Amino acid sequence: MNKPVESPNRVIKSQHVKLGTKNKMDQTYTDINTMFYDAERTPSFMTGSEVIRQAIKVASVGTSVAYPITPQSEAAALIGELYSEGYLDEYFRGESEFAVMGQCAGAAFGGHRVFTTTAGPGTLRAMENFPMWAGSRLPIQVCVTMRGVNSPLSIQPDTLEASYLLETGMLMWHAETAQDLYDFILKGFIVAEQPDVHIPIATMCDGFFVTHTKDTVMLPPEDLCLTPYDPYKSPVPCMDMECPPIRMMRDPFIMKSNYISYSTHASWQQEVRAAVERSRKHTIPLLDGLIDVENIDREILLVSSGTAVSQGREAIRLLEEEGIKVGLVKIKTIRPFPHEEIREATKRAKHIFVPEFNMAGWLAREIKAVVPDNERVIAGPHVAGGMTMPSEVIVEEIKKYLGIKVASNR
Amino acid sequence: MFKRINIRISGLGGQGAVTAAHLLAMAANNAGLYSISNPFFGAEKRMAPAESYVRIGVERIYDRGELVYPDVVMIFHPQVITMQKSYTAPFYDGIKENGLVIINTSADLLNEEDHKRLSDLNVSVFNHDATKLALEIGKTELSTNMAMLGACAGVTKIVGLEALDVALQERFGKRYVASGGTATLDQAITKKYAKKAQLLQANMDTITKSFELAEEWTEKNKPALANVAAGVAKSF
Repeated sequence: MNKPVESPNRVIKSQHVKLGTKNKMDQTYTDINTMFYDAERTPSFMTGSEVIRQAIKVASVGTSVAYPITPQSEAAALIGELYSEGYLDEYFRGESEFAVMGQCAGAAFGGHRVFTTTAGPGTLRAMENFPMWAGSRLPIQVCVTMRGVNSPLSIQPDTLEASYLLETGMLMWHAETAQDLYDFILKGFIVAEQPDVHIPIATMCDGFFVTHTKDTVMLPPEDLCLTPYDPYKSPVPCMDMECPPIRMMRDPFIMKSNYISYSTHASWQQEVRAAVERSRKHTIPLLDGLIDVENIDREILLVSSGTAVSQGREAIRLLEEEGIKVGLVKIKTIRPFPHEEIREATKRAKHIFVPEFNMAGWLAREIKAVVPDNERVIAGPHVAGGMTMPSEVIVEEIKKYLGIKVASNR
Repeated sequence: MFKRINIRISGLGGQGAVTAAHLLAMAANNAGLYSISNPFFGAEKRMAPAESYVRIGVERIYDRGELVYPDVVMIFHPQVITMQKSYTAPFYDGIKENGLVIINTSADLLNEEDHKRLSDLNVSVFNHDATKLALEIGKTELSTNMAMLGACAGVTKIVGLEALDVALQERFGKRYVASGGTATLDQAITKKYAKKAQLLQANMDTITKSFELAEEWTEKNKPALANVAAGVAKSF
């Protein structure tokens, strides 16, 4: 199940609209392969929140429901601007994060491409809806700009909330930079909407480190856009209590309490997980693999996702100056989890460090569960609650572990 | 050889510390350098501590988040020091050897211990009355951030006046959507001028004057970071 799959044609094309025709905003419906690989990209210098707006501008989104979550990310407000300019068909504010996710479900049931954003406590408040989306096979995209979730309240980056999403049945992609975020948002729609996948996707980034950070991103022209979602490609009929994955009797599914109802439910959960795994064959060509690797023949590896990868890259530079050579594995998709790829990439490593922006070390746990001789995995360094992870901290952690004396005065 | 400069800006909510960081990074980016800027703040509240960070270098920068080991520390408001409204204590904690501190103040705010610790690290302190300059030239204290930007550029030459001018046009010359707090302040400052062009000019004048004063100070005091990045950025 976890072997890489060859796919000569990168993705299935939509026949829903004629390529080359224009939408009402004078954008040309463009084959996604052209948009991602052939169109010329020009550099822009902007924040992650602005990058979300730029992606949605060319994503042919039908509905976006907003719950204002500034100061975490201005994305919801920026998408409102796009709506006022005419780029989306529907946009409105929900009364809470929970309501927003329910309203998103309604729009997706209705056949729209749906996008929304959330963060931290908002994600947890909306939680019930995520497995509901997955079970209903709704390919909604939620951009999660991750922040602290526990009391005392924090608006700063912390990736603990991702651990709550691990078993919701959603695809989860973790962006390292604003560039990743842009690409993931657009490619995410395409993968999530494939008929053999057709489940929701969480495109995640670290709040502040990506959302508020100005960085250089390469963007394709704004007068191109994705082909819209084709609701007739849905692998299931519109599902609700009256219309479960299999029809049993006249009565709603939930009224049953017997073996076949449990069995139906269990097999459907398996099917959703299988859909997550089936997304690999579309994701691997689009993201150039589920992981990126650099110098994995080295004895020491840093393996992580999101901003921790960036901090790791700087740490590797610092260690290099001292003659300590370290390789890097960047995990792009948390679900599907790249088991086989990580096993392969880390097979020669003696020490596998997993820097994380959360207290729990959930990513280290995931990695420990799939690599042999997992005492090689060192869960750390960790920061949490909004703390920054200076690259010097990663350097110290590695040196301490290797028994190299760390100078107290930098 | 110049490789990287890390700048930490500590100010109070509403002073434009975030905007200043973004402008500096945009200017450096325009000038062909690599740069990253990001702010850190709590729920947006005026006069609450707010920090922002700019990293500028000649190779791609990955590092982001709070700047723990800065080369330059800029203090936008005396309260950052007198009322400890900074994210680190003392406000210069983590500053690297041969660094630079620029404080918006008319008086010396440091005690003997601070002076000793900073001079042991060969860190220069530039007391610069940015708010006075902002009131004189920009006619509003909201231009304090511009004066601070000019001072930083004037000492280090990390970016030139032309690049700052371009960044200013980009940021204020067109419609800009930000969070509620920033939008309100943008409106407040725009209202002070009949035309946006006047606002841009007043800001640029403040930056330029401050840049010149900083050059004078640099000439006299010879800080370690004097003209450290001169000529690094491509010229226009």
